Amino acid sequence: MRLDQTLIAEMIKPGTRVLDIGSGDGALIDHLFHYRGCDARGIEINMKLVTLSVAHGLPVVHGDADHDLAYYSDHAFDYVVLQRTLQAVERPREVLRQMLRIGRYAIVSFPNFGHWQLRLKLLLNGRMPTTAVWCKPWYETPNIHPCTIRDFFALCHQDGYTIEKWMAVNEEGESAPWRRSVCLANLFGEQALFLLRR
Amino acid sequence: MDSITPLTIGEHRLARFPEGLTLDCGKHLAPIDVAYCTYGQLSHQRDNAILICHAFTGDQYVAETHPLTGKPGWWERMVGVGKPIDTDKFFVICSNVLGGCMGSTGPMSIHEDGTKREPWGTDFPPITIRDMVRAQCKLVRYLGIDKLFAVIGGSMGGMQVLEWTVTYPKMMLAAIPIATAPFHSAQNIAFNEVGRQAIIADPDWRSGRYWHEGVVPARGLAVARMMAHITYLSEKALMRKFGRRVREGGSSGNKFTGNFIGHIPLFGDIFEVESYLHYQGSSFVRRFDANSYLTITRAMDWFDLASDYDGELTVAFSGTSVLFCVISFSSDWLFPTSAARILVRALNQATANVSFVEIETDKGHDAFLLDEPDLDRTIRGFLRGVAEHVGLY
Repeated sequence: MRLDQTLIAEMIKPGTRVLDIGSGDGALIDHLFHYRGCDARGIEINMKLVTLSVAHGLPVVHGDADHDLAYYSDHAFDYVVLQRTLQAVERPREVLRQMLRIGRYAIVSFPNFGHWQLRLKLLLNGRMPTTAVWCKPWYETPNIHPCTIRDFFALCHQDGYTIEKWMAVNEEGESAPWRRSVCLANLFGEQALFLLRR
Repeated sequence: MDSITPLTIGEHRLARFPEGLTLDCGKHLAPIDVAYCTYGQLSHQRDNAILICHAFTGDQYVAETHPLTGKPGWWERMVGVGKPIDTDKFFVICSNVLGGCMGSTGPMSIHEDGTKREPWGTDFPPITIRDMVRAQCKLVRYLGIDKLFAVIGGSMGGMQVLEWTVTYPKMMLAAIPIATAPFHSAQNIAFNEVGRQAIIADPDWRSGRYWHEGVVPARGLAVARMMAHITYLSEKALMRKFGRRVREGGSSGNKFTGNFIGHIPLFGDIFEVESYLHYQGSSFVRRFDANSYLTITRAMDWFDLASDYDGELTVAFSGTSVLFCVISFSSDWLFPTSAARILVRALNQATANVSFVEIETDKGHDAFLLDEPDLDRTIRGFLRGVAEHVGLY
C-alpha cells in the first residue's frame, strides 16, 4: 500500500462503511477490511484490476466516478474515498457533490498543480510543464481538470463543504510539513489530501 | 428420415415431496419429484453447501458422465476436486428444474387423473422461475441444510440465483448470477417464441400428444435448438470456428448431420456452420422433451424480478445481506453486459455487497460453459472471499 493510502486509512474510523472510487488493485479496501474491520467496497474502471480484486475476494464493481455514483443511495456509506483521480474525471464538482451525498465524509487526494516546479517550468519554458507527478504530455494526459490546493479550498468554500482535515503530501505519500500555510503547501506539496464533511 | 426413439425419463436420484407445491399460477401440483446430484461432503456444521442452478437445456449432471448422452458433465471444468468450485471444500448440489425432463416433475411425468394415467403433456400447469426455486428449496431442506453457502448459475440458472436472493435471502450467504438478467427482454421472448412456433408447426407435435402416438416432433425441436444455438454464440466465434468453409457433397454420410434434418439437395455443398447446427439440433432431440421446451421457455419469458415490487428492482433487494458476484461476458448479446449493469446499479442502490466483473471474450453467451480463465479466477476468489468474510476456513 502506498504511504498516502496509509494516511487515508488512518483517517477512517474502524468498523465503518467505506466506498473507494478508483480502488485500483484493491490495496486500500483490503487493508480496511482486514485491519480496521470496515465494510469496504470498491469501484474501478480498469477491468483487469476489477477481476484481480474480485479474484482476491474483494467486493469491487466495474464502473466509474462520472457515471455510476448517481446509482448509490443517500448516506449509504460513512466514507467515500477518491484517490488521485479528481483531476481525471469529467465533472469533478459533480463527483464531489455525489461523494458527499452518498457518504458522511469524503476523502479526496489529488496532485497539486500549484507546485513550484510546475509554475517555474511554465514560466521559463512557456510549454505545458511535466514532472514526475504530471508525467504525460498534454495530448495524452488523462488529467483534464488539474487544480491547485488553493483552487480546491475555494471550491469547498463555494459548495459549503467543511474541511475536517487537510495535508500536503509528497510523491512518496509522506505527509509534508506545510500544514500551517496554505500558500506554502500550495507551493511545495506534490499531492493534497482532504477530509471533507457535508 | 430416421425415426427418433421417444425420450424416456430413465433412472435418476430423486427426492419425492408428497405434499407437493402450490404454483404461482394457483394450481397445486402434488406429489413432486426433484431429481438431483450431489458432489463432495456436507460438513458437520452443514455450512458448506453450494447449490448450482442449471441453464435452460442443462440438467443435474454437473460433474459426472451424463447417463443418456455419455458425455462429460456440463460444468466439469468448474466443479470437482481442486476446481474453482472445489468439491474437497464444498458440498455441491444440482437439481433438475421443475418442468424439466431429466427426472424432476415435468410434462413427461405420469399424471393420474381419476381413471386416466398418462403423461401431463401440454396439460402440465404453467410454471415460473420462482416455482423452480421453491422446488429447489424443498430439496435443500430435505438434505438438512438451513443455509446455503452460495447459489450459482448461468443464463436461466442465473435467473434462479436471482430469484433465490429475493425469495429466500436468509437461506443463503452468497450469489453468483452469471450471464443473466433481472428480466427477460422483448428480444429474449421473441427468440423463444420462434422456437416454440417451430415445435408446434411440426406435424409430429400432434397438439402436444406426440408421446401418445410414439413419435417426436424432432424437426421442430431441432430447428428451435439450431436457432437458439446461434444466440448462444457470437458472430466472431462463429467466424473463428467455421468461417466460410464448405463441406463438399452436402450432408450425406456426415457424422455431424442428423438424418432427420433435411439437407436441401438443391444447394449441393453445405457450409460447415450449417452442418454444425444440424448436429446440434439432432443431438438435442435425443435428450430433450418438446413439451418441456415449451414449459421452460415460458417460465423464462415471465421472469421479471421487479414485477412484484412495482417495477422497482432496488426494492426487491432492499436490506439484503446476500453477497453478490455478478458476471457478464463482453460478447454475450443474449444477456448483454447492459442487462448485468441494470442489476448491479439496482444492487448498489440497495447498498448490497456486490462485485461485478465483465469478462472479455469473443465466445458469446456460452462463454460461461467454456474455458475462460478469468471466470475461474473470479469464482474461486469470490468464494474464498465469502468464506473469509464469514470466518469460515
